[in-house]
Amino acid sequence: MSLMWSWLTDGSHWHGNDGVLLRLAEHLWYSGLALGIAALIAVPLGLFVGHTGHGRWLAVNLTGALRAMPSLGLLFIAYMWLGDHLRGEGAFLYPTELVLVALAVPPILAGTYAGVEQVDAAARDAARGMGMTGRELLLKVELPCALPLLVSGIRSAALQVIATATLAAVLGLGGLGRFLLDGLATRDYGQMAGGAALVACLALLVDLLLAALQRVVVSPGLTGKTARQPRVETRQAAP
Amino acid sequence: MKRISLLLPRSVAVTAALAATLTLAACGGDDPLSTDTGNGDGGDGTTIHVGSANFPESVVLAEVYAKALEDAGFTVEKTLNIGSREAYLKAMTDTAELDVFPEYTGNLRLYFDEDATASAPDEVYDELVAALPDTLTVLEMAPAEDKDAVVVTQETAAEYSLTSIADLKDVAGDLVLGGPPEWKTRSTGLPGLESVYGVVFKDFRELDAGGPLTLRALRNGQIDAGNIFSTDPTVASGELVALEDPEALYASQNIVPLVRTEVLDDALEEALNAVSAALTQEELLALVNAVVADKEDPEDVAADWVDENV
Amino acid sequence: MTWLQDHWSDVFELLGQHVYLAGVPLVLGLLVAVPLGWVAQRLPRLRTPIVVGTGLLYTVPSIALFILMPSILGTGILDPVNVLVSMTIYTVALLTRTASDALEAVPESVRLSADAMGVKPLRRLFTVDLPLAVPVLAAGLRVAAVSNVSIVSVAALIGVPQLGQLFTDGFSRDFMDPLAVGVVGCLVLALVFDLVIVVLARLATPWHQGRTA
Repeated sequence: MSLMWSWLTDGSHWHGNDGVLLRLAEHLWYSGLALGIAALIAVPLGLFVGHTGHGRWLAVNLTGALRAMPSLGLLFIAYMWLGDHLRGEGAFLYPTELVLVALAVPPILAGTYAGVEQVDAAARDAARGMGMTGRELLLKVELPCALPLLVSGIRSAALQVIATATLAAVLGLGGLGRFLLDGLATRDYGQMAGGAALVACLALLVDLLLAALQRVVVSPGLTGKTARQPRVETRQAAP
Repeated sequence: MKRISLLLPRSVAVTAALAATLTLAACGGDDPLSTDTGNGDGGDGTTIHVGSANFPESVVLAEVYAKALEDAGFTVEKTLNIGSREAYLKAMTDTAELDVFPEYTGNLRLYFDEDATASAPDEVYDELVAALPDTLTVLEMAPAEDKDAVVVTQETAAEYSLTSIADLKDVAGDLVLGGPPEWKTRSTGLPGLESVYGVVFKDFRELDAGGPLTLRALRNGQIDAGNIFSTDPTVASGELVALEDPEALYASQNIVPLVRTEVLDDALEEALNAVSAALTQEELLALVNAVVADKEDPEDVAADWVDENV
Repeated sequence: MTWLQDHWSDVFELLGQHVYLAGVPLVLGLLVAVPLGWVAQRLPRLRTPIVVGTGLLYTVPSIALFILMPSILGTGILDPVNVLVSMTIYTVALLTRTASDALEAVPESVRLSADAMGVKPLRRLFTVDLPLAVPVLAAGLRVAAVSNVSIVSVAALIGVPQLGQLFTDGFSRDFMDPLAVGVVGCLVLALVFDLVIVVLARLATPWHQGRTA
């Protein structure tokens, strides 16, 4: 414990080439990139599944299968396959991002299609009654109503991605995982514990931010209390 | 009413099922630390715990020790692929979980005495013996060594006319070095390269010590120079060039059996010393090659080698 | 594949150890999370600190927890108990909110009926609340099971024997076979855990036809 404090409070550890600020930025970059890509994939997919009802079986099983992937194994495999074909940073970055995206897609996908599915039938009915087309229904009614669960899915994904982005360090990249592995290698347990604490704090901060975002983005007309939807559906596995 | 009373027996059934699953799991996980390899024929049958670090050479050496000890009549339990030197040393000195470990004279000495300076094999060995705590003993060392090396590709060597580390002095400022994280602070890493050779690299990438990351990074150009071990098949085959070390920054690293003092006995010493005597540089290279390049099983490779050579 | 055939007994042993390191914490974690969730549900003021606090534990990177456990528990460095306790912590982190939600989801009418029949609160917990909470708990447990199987494999970085060791072995020798076997092994194991939990949940809730979470 005390080792951790002394490492964290040492000013020299925060700046410079190997410093906390840099690693924090790198960590956020790896995580943000993965979350962005995952959202780009999962949200449209989830909207489609929720709106049309097609492919639900596929979506559920894809979610389950991706959840079960052991991240470390996937990381090694991805690096062994891709590493030789990519030049520069990409050789390390692409495999890492692949794993992080695979981790982030299930919660976002599940949150999105669950969110759309549980939209009140009455609301849908009213929309149709007002003459909305399918697409208008999706974008103006279902999507806004699905937002609470969707954002909840993103929060869940963010938590796991931030916790797992530490794996980037295994491939020699930066990020907060660097402190974990370097600390392990040099027997500097203050560094290791400090790195772990930083990851936890970062995750907490991001979660709070996203919670605030959720409050801002979700229409006040929605109480946010959905019909007995067990939120566990969007809490996912992590490595 | 009926419903509620039905629930109790159900939950009992569920608990029973859970307990059964647990027991099954526990059976599978019996003594999770060891891979039992059976008894030797005759001998005293004492159980010896052999460990290894998490790179193929260490694993195959541990298998060699294990086979030799079994042939001598001991019962061997192996705990392989331990990732950190501190972890397995503590397991030997503090908690007596391990008894025998294949080690390297230079680095082990450095672990206990950071200021050690010798570089010739016998001197390093003597310094090691002096630095070890009482709970640990080293037996006879093998002629075979596996040293750290700064390695470059054929192209890089040709481009900058590199044959020794000293040649890097003027060009390192344009080059990236890759190595294990501890090279940032250890005397065998960046600090040592600077103080002994005046070599300062443009950048350092934390990868692994002589592992697949560093190898690939070297081959694919993410780094220009890397830390690869001298017994790696790529170095032996000449694909990569190990730069010479005239100032002996990298001390001798003879393979030596590290033993927990308490378990020392004649039969054990004889078995392991016989291994050391037979382990020449060529033999070591062959062992590593079989496991890394030919993807053969360390246990089989070790068993065959011990049968033929010891 | 021939590699698997040649090394079947080794793989099986690693599988067994993996089951132990991932499975036992599920049970232990459940035993801890349910009471915690019950407290959180009964005392709303404590709910946020308990749920958020335990949830935060999930973000502590596994390598760090495995390494730092010996100094907290006083166990040996190589002791798999370190992994066991760490995994239990992760399971509790995942399940506490679920348990709290699950107990919250018990219909008020059922609770009131039980109280009206004179069932004491503790007995009601065991005979009414918990059985009704099983579907949601099971859903959470399934997620925790899959998560555990994956996290345990990371322990390969510090040398704890389990399926993850196939990853590091394969990687260090540039050998895809053990890597692939390890990944498939983890997937299969996750699937088996999932099925076992679903079956057990169904056995425990005979009144539920069809829809489980």
